[in-house]
Amino acid sequence: MFDIFKKIVTTGIVTETYKAAYDEELATLGIEIKHRIDKQFSGSLAIRQVDAGSCNGCELEIHALNNPFYDVERFGIHFVASPRHADILLVTGVVSRHMQTALLRTYEATPDPKWVIAMGDCATCGGEFGTSYASCGAVSNVIPVDMTISGCPPTPLVLLKSLLSLMEK
Amino acid sequence: MSWKITFLQQIVEADIFVKSTQISPHIELCQIDDSHWQQIAQIAKANQLRWAAGFAVQSGEQFHVHACFERKGAYLLFRTTINGAKPQLPSQATVYAAANRSERHTHDLFGIEFLQHPDSRGWTRHQAWGRHEYPLRHDFSVTGTPAEITPPDTSYHFVEAHGVGVYEIPVGPVHAGIIEPGHFRFQAVGELILNLEERLGYVHKGIEKIAEGRTPEGLAKLAGRVSGDTTVSHTWAACMAMEHAAGVEIPRRAALIRGIFAERERIANHLGDIGAICNDVAFTFAFMQMMRLKELWCRTNYELFGHRFLMDKIVAGGVNIDINDAAGKFMLIEIEDLRVELAQIIPAIDLSSSLEDRIYTAGYLSPQTAELFGTLGFVGRASGQNFDVRRDAPYAPYENVKVKVPLETQGDIASRFWVRYKEINASLKLIEQFIAQLELLPEGDLLAPWTIPDNGSFGLGIVEGWRGEIITYVEFGRNNVISRFYPRDPSQVNWEPLEKAVLNNIVPDFPVCNKSFNCSYSGSDL
Repeated sequence: MFDIFKKIVTTGIVTETYKAAYDEELATLGIEIKHRIDKQFSGSLAIRQVDAGSCNGCELEIHALNNPFYDVERFGIHFVASPRHADILLVTGVVSRHMQTALLRTYEATPDPKWVIAMGDCATCGGEFGTSYASCGAVSNVIPVDMTISGCPPTPLVLLKSLLSLMEK
Repeated sequence: MSWKITFLQQIVEADIFVKSTQISPHIELCQIDDSHWQQIAQIAKANQLRWAAGFAVQSGEQFHVHACFERKGAYLLFRTTINGAKPQLPSQATVYAAANRSERHTHDLFGIEFLQHPDSRGWTRHQAWGRHEYPLRHDFSVTGTPAEITPPDTSYHFVEAHGVGVYEIPVGPVHAGIIEPGHFRFQAVGELILNLEERLGYVHKGIEKIAEGRTPEGLAKLAGRVSGDTTVSHTWAACMAMEHAAGVEIPRRAALIRGIFAERERIANHLGDIGAICNDVAFTFAFMQMMRLKELWCRTNYELFGHRFLMDKIVAGGVNIDINDAAGKFMLIEIEDLRVELAQIIPAIDLSSSLEDRIYTAGYLSPQTAELFGTLGFVGRASGQNFDVRRDAPYAPYENVKVKVPLETQGDIASRFWVRYKEINASLKLIEQFIAQLELLPEGDLLAPWTIPDNGSFGLGIVEGWRGEIITYVEFGRNNVISRFYPRDPSQVNWEPLEKAVLNNIVPDFPVCNKSFNCSYSGSDL
């Protein structure tokens, strides 16, 4: 037990400061916002992540948001276990045809008002997989999208800035 | 190689004609008649060969079906040719459990019927294409004729259980965490798992089909996205297969850089997994510390090489980025730092009795079951399967370094935890050796000139990814264009042993059991 406390104390706080991207910065980071989140929701966002056909690269970077450097929960952003608890669907990957109904049902299960973020090149424009017999391509081909974040995969820094920029100040 | 002589003798004694050619130092191609397909598997099993991979290739009106076997680092790639009008072949799944899902995948995508197959259900196909349509046949267009909305697959018949107090838990495809989609069907009594059945295929993206017609550059990019966490090793396997087909030998410097990237990938994933296993039993200290170390490791990748997971750095013929002296020195310092960190964190974790209570004996995979399925990578090595491609069928740059392969026989979550930790240490040593070798070579020699391979030439790339052995088959058509790509991720093999490992565990322990295997859905569904 002593070793654990010692390590916690010597590690200290590694959490870094992050701010929302400026409007001019958005394009360079590959972020496109179509509808911002109303002010009254800002500061408490529940996100349900849906992998609709990703290679799992994006998932790794979403995981990183919870590491002590980014610590996304301090901004009131947290990941929830059910779409019924969610304000935002964070969708990764092309939408595989085998996941199409599952994604539509998840979307329906999310209470209004809701926002959809398409994360990564696949979700944004089809990426390396595109549209085929097995893939519907970009997320916007299946459900309405409010924000896109390009990158393969987008870094946690870009991801965090995107989430902060989505909220109206 | 004495086993090979005995094995081939037995084949001859069984009146089977084999035409065999050594196609690379570790791989022999054996062509046989289709009527002996099952018999070959039986003789292979009797000689303790491991069933490693199965796939088909269409050639005009015919199909070439392949099954790859391995023992002690020597690979035998069996090939048979069947008529396309009514493609049928005796099943090898009756002999090798590992062939089960692979043959069902081949059936769904090629329409090849495997006779006497123990399971008549489909596998990869849900409802995205018709029951009698086969996407990997040449007459099936890449766009297909999908419905506006693909309906869910409700026809799959799960195993059922009856009895007092027996109930079923369907989970997925959309899971509660940040993970890939798949369906798990549990039968349970109280908290105890009686049976688990996996239903995958949700992230089938048609990778094999969309690979057709790509250039070597295009295929390397696609291979890097078969499974995002294994981007380096999958790209490497695909490039190795292409280089094998084209007869290209990569520069020594490029091989060393590939080795460094692959070991960095292994360490990053193992750090993350050790943390995630602890997180699944609510041991936050270890989770946060390991995630911190992983983040630092990924940041170094980004600073030195421009990508956190080192995507698209390996290309056909070599690599597209060099490691200069300064970068090498930076990595050496980082390795020392990581050793110090781990020396503080791991003993602290090891002393935690509550962690011990959760991960020892849980998720037990016996060495026998592991062997039965040909279980790969750290999962296999935690259950006594003493195999590692880097040591047993070494490829550049591993041929002249000593690869230490940690082995455990306890087969529980703790074993898979410790094998990972020991592999981190082994990988750190490898990186140090590769950097030392790199310093002796001139900078900039990164890419071998590309030779356009003949129409129909093929190659096999076999590497040890962080999850285990990856086998990738690539065949070229005319004009340097890919006509067939099949990557066999270790997950395709390791998913089934997970079904066995969770038996008699409690349902709430499934996440940590699953995490300790950490199979890829994307790499399995393709």
